[in-house]
Amino acid sequence: MSGHEQYAEDLALYALGSLQGEDRANLEKHLDSCSGCRQELEALRGDGALLAVSATGPKPPQRSRQRLLDAVASDPRDSSSPAPARRFNVWAFFGWAAAVGMFLVVIQLRRQNVSLQEAVSSLGAVVGSQTIEMENARRVVDTLTAPDAQAVTLVAGKNPPQPQGKAFYLRNRSGLVFVANNLAPLPPDKIYELWLIPPDGKPIAAGLFKPDAKGNASVINPPGIPAGVEAKTFAVTLESATGPHDAPRGTGVMAGGA
Amino acid sequence: MSNADPKGIPPDSNLVAAIRSGDQTAMAALYDRYSSIVYSVALRVLGDTGAAEDILQDVFMQLWRNPNAFDSNRGSLGAWLAVITRNRAIDALRKRRPENDIEDVVISVETDLASEADRSRAAEKVRGLLGSMPAAQRSALEMAYFEGLTHTEIAAKTGEPLGTIKTRIRAGLTTLRKAFQE
Repeated sequence: MSGHEQYAEDLALYALGSLQGEDRANLEKHLDSCSGCRQELEALRGDGALLAVSATGPKPPQRSRQRLLDAVASDPRDSSSPAPARRFNVWAFFGWAAAVGMFLVVIQLRRQNVSLQEAVSSLGAVVGSQTIEMENARRVVDTLTAPDAQAVTLVAGKNPPQPQGKAFYLRNRSGLVFVANNLAPLPPDKIYELWLIPPDGKPIAAGLFKPDAKGNASVINPPGIPAGVEAKTFAVTLESATGPHDAPRGTGVMAGGA
Repeated sequence: MSNADPKGIPPDSNLVAAIRSGDQTAMAALYDRYSSIVYSVALRVLGDTGAAEDILQDVFMQLWRNPNAFDSNRGSLGAWLAVITRNRAIDALRKRRPENDIEDVVISVETDLASEADRSRAAEKVRGLLGSMPAAQRSALEMAYFEGLTHTEIAAKTGEPLGTIKTRIRAGLTTLRKAFQE
């Protein structure tokens, strides 16, 4: 391997799926930042493939072939139109990004509104928190409706399914609303992370998020974005759930230029 | 590692490209090429023909639905399918949800497995290498690969130290790699 001999035995076990517990967590953390060990892992998986090849046996029954071809025929796919027609029409009719964005905002506002009403009626002492929530709601609306807000679409390099994201960014007020759909389910030890990349190329962490069961997710006004910073690109990466999350270390999922 | 065939048989990369455009006949061709290895691996792990057929179906449908998951620059399709199959079969054996998306399974292997003859040669060579290993080493490798046992479980089953199990498995894989690099 290219170095890090101390990880050699654990890498072999990891390639076979036999490494568990703390050893596995430590190795995965190391793999996030070591391309040499990732290459060795790929080679070890290749060694495992040789083991698999030794498993010769009878051919599958003829019915399996027909079963597969029937399934393929009932699941047609054409790369020239990767998205189903029904979905395409929905996007075309509503303007998908605006629709999804506004829908989420409405949900967010309704949720916050209900929360505020309950708070007013029962807890007069929480006026301060209501104000904060209303301010958040106002910032969401400002970010989506301000004439100088940037709207950036992020798309993945692979399809199907094709994850898509839309970022609404209000530079002078550090307002950022990001919505995404078609996201793949997360492995248990991973999390998605949104990045704002300014012209100097140094990514700024813009929030961790997990998709729901339908692959939808959103990030609303994440903290930590300096006011006035220009966005050249937005990107989403798949990161280790345990961090660190201060800089991209995982694999890219989608990106889009402002 | 090219699997181009001078007799005009389409290489894997062409068939995968055709699958990307929704060509069902390309899917049938890849099934004819690799169903035996996929089925054999699943059957070896699960020991049940019905369960192996289900894995066979699952693996090829994943390829159909997501052909971009396979990176032809990293090695042969046959090897990749074998690893995907093994992982899915182990998940089924251990009654757990799939631990890896197929896109996350990146392998690097140069051995060409496109033809029946290639696979037979490779299988014979691997079996010969396994047969020449010390029994404890071969057993540790097979328990990890075909039974999906963790190193802790293997140590508990054999009564040997964890470090010994780790060393044996790594040495076994290294032996295989070196033999195929010669």
